[in-house]
Amino acid sequence: MLADKDRIFQNLYGLHDWGLKGARERGAWDGTKAILEKGRDWIINEMKASGLRGRGGAGFPTGMKWSFMPKEYKDGRPGYLVVNADESEPGTCKDREIMRHDPHLLIEGCLIAGFAMGASAGYIYIRGEYVRERERLQAAIDQAYDAKLIGQKNIHGYPFELYVHHGAGAYICGEETALLESLEGKKGMPRLKPPFPANVGLYGCPTTVNNVESIAVAPDILRRGAAWFAGFGRPNNFGTKLFCISGHVNKPCNVEEAMSIPFRELIETHAGGIRGGWDNLLAVIPGGSSVPVVPAHQIIDCPMDFDALKDLKSGLGTAAVIVMDKSTDIVNAIARISYFYKHESCGQCTPCREGTGWMWRVLTRMVEGRAQKREIDQLLEVAGQVEGHTICALGDAAAWPVQGLIRHFRGEIEKRIDQYAANPHSEPVRMAAE
Amino acid sequence: MAVRRLAEKQPKSFAFSNENLAWAEREIKKYPEGRQASAVIPLLWKAQEQEGWVTEPAIRVIADMLGMAHIRVLEVATFYTMFNLEPVGKYLIQLCGTTPCMLRGAEELKKVCRRRIGEQEQVTKDGKFSWREVECLGACVNAPMVQINYDYYEDLTPESFEKILDALAAGKEPKPGPQIDRQFSAPVGGPTTLKTVGK
Repeated sequence: MLADKDRIFQNLYGLHDWGLKGARERGAWDGTKAILEKGRDWIINEMKASGLRGRGGAGFPTGMKWSFMPKEYKDGRPGYLVVNADESEPGTCKDREIMRHDPHLLIEGCLIAGFAMGASAGYIYIRGEYVRERERLQAAIDQAYDAKLIGQKNIHGYPFELYVHHGAGAYICGEETALLESLEGKKGMPRLKPPFPANVGLYGCPTTVNNVESIAVAPDILRRGAAWFAGFGRPNNFGTKLFCISGHVNKPCNVEEAMSIPFRELIETHAGGIRGGWDNLLAVIPGGSSVPVVPAHQIIDCPMDFDALKDLKSGLGTAAVIVMDKSTDIVNAIARISYFYKHESCGQCTPCREGTGWMWRVLTRMVEGRAQKREIDQLLEVAGQVEGHTICALGDAAAWPVQGLIRHFRGEIEKRIDQYAANPHSEPVRMAAE
Repeated sequence: MAVRRLAEKQPKSFAFSNENLAWAEREIKKYPEGRQASAVIPLLWKAQEQEGWVTEPAIRVIADMLGMAHIRVLEVATFYTMFNLEPVGKYLIQLCGTTPCMLRGAEELKKVCRRRIGEQEQVTKDGKFSWREVECLGACVNAPMVQINYDYYEDLTPESFEKILDALAAGKEPKPGPQIDRQFSAPVGGPTTLKTVGK
C-alpha cells in the first residue's frame, strides 16, 4: 500500500483545514518561487520525466502537452491555461474532493502550469452542479490573491490571473473544445481539430486544457522530483492516482493509490471487498462509463493502469471503478449508460445524435428480451458506425459500452430473447427500423 | 440530446435587481475586452436565481447586455439542462439516475418522489417541491444521492430521503452531505489511509 507520506492529497477527506493556513502546513505553496526560477524548460522536462499522463481520461502525457504551447508570444495573442473541472463522467468524483478539500494544490498548480506555458491567465471551468465546490474554490482563490500568491503583482514574480467559470449541466463540455466553446458563451459543441487548442484555443489564442488532478499533482512532482513520482506504477503508467470506487463494494470510497495496483488489492484494502464476496463479482467498468465493461475473471488480478486495461480492450479512463455484483441486471446497467449518452449528445454529428438514441431504444427492448437475435449483430454494426465517425470522442464513448456488453454478455442477451419468445405475447416482436 | 423549449406562458418583462446588476457587471469584467459573451451562462444563472426560472424576457435582456443576438442566448438557455425553462418548486430535487447511483438504489428514491411529489417536472400544489431525474452528478462513491437546490444529499435510503423531505416541508434545513455516519468520500467506518496526517 502507498505510504501516507507519498500521498499528494493529504486532505482528501476534508478532515483538516482547506484554507491557506492548513494547506501551507501540509506543504502547499512551499518553494513555489524556487520552482519558477528554474525556468520553463526545466519544469516541462521534469513533468515529462515524471511520466505523468493526463488524469482526465485520455491519458495524454501532461509535460508534452505543455510543450506544445508557443515558446514566445510575438503576435500579440496571449496564452491561456484552462482547467477542466467539468467532472461528469459517470463514476468519477475525484476532482470534487480536490476542489473542496485541497483547493490550494490546484491553485498553485495553475500558477506553475501557467508559467510553464507562458499563459497570462487561467480559467477553471467547473460544472454547474458543483455550487458549493465553486464557492469553496473561489474562497481559496481569494485567499491566494490576498496573500499575493497570484495576481498582477505577486511574490512569485510572474503575473497570472486566475478565474472560476462555470457550466450549467452539459456532459459534453468536458470535451476540451466544447469546453472552450462554452467558455466563449456558446453552446458546448466540439470543434474540429486541427487547429488544436495550443494554436487556436480560447478566443483564438494558444490554450492548453488540463484536468484538475493533472494540474493539482504538478507542484508536488516538481517539489519532490520526477524520480519520486516515477517510482510508483509500471513503466509508461507512473505515479499516484485518485481512484473512485463505486457500486457493489462494501465500502465505496475515493482513495489515492499507486498506479498499477492490482484490482483485488485496491478493493480489499480500501473498499472492504466485494458485496457478498469475490465469487459474487460479475463485472467491472474500470474507468468511468465510457470504457467497456470487463468480466470478473479478467479483472480480478489486473493491474489498474492505462496499458493493462487497454490490453483487456477497456481503459483506465478517469479511474472511476464501477463494480457490479451478480445481482446486477447487466443489460439494464449498460442500457442506462446508453441513455446517458443519448441525453448528453450535443446533436452536432448525425451518427452520434441519431445513433445514441437508436442504440438506447434497441437495448431497452433487449433488457426485456423483446428483440430478434440478429439485432445483436445489427446493434454491433451500428455501434461500429458511430465509433470514429464523429467530431469528438462522445460517439466512441457511446459505442464502447455497447460493444463491451455484446463482447462479454452476448449469451445473457440471447437468453432473454429466448425466454421472451418462449412465452406468449399479444404484440409481435418488431425489428429495429425506427 | 434533449429537446427543450421555452414555456408557453411568459412574463411581460425582466430586470435584474440593483444588487444583481452590480454583480453582473463585475462578472463581465472577468473576461477580456470584447469577449463579454463569455458571461452568458453566469448571467442566465443569476436570472434564474432571481426569478426561479429562465424567462424569455430575461433572455432578451441578457442578450442586450452582452451585445449578443437574442437567438444566441436562446440557444444557450435551451442547450444547458440546468436552466429551468418553466417554474419549478421552491425545493427542486435533482435525482441522479445514472448507472453508479442506479446500482445502489436510485430507483427506490424515484418511487419516493413519485409517491410524494408526483411526476417529473410537476410542481406540488403548495409550490414547495418538484423533481427530475438527472444524469451523473459526480458524487458516485456516495450513491445514491440527490441535489436539492444547491446542496448534495448523499448515501440515501428511501427512509433517510423521506426524512429530508419531511424536514424541508416543515421549513427546516436538513444537513447536507452523507446521511450515514461517514466522513465525506472516505470509506464507512473510517479512512484506510491518511491516518498519520496532522498528527
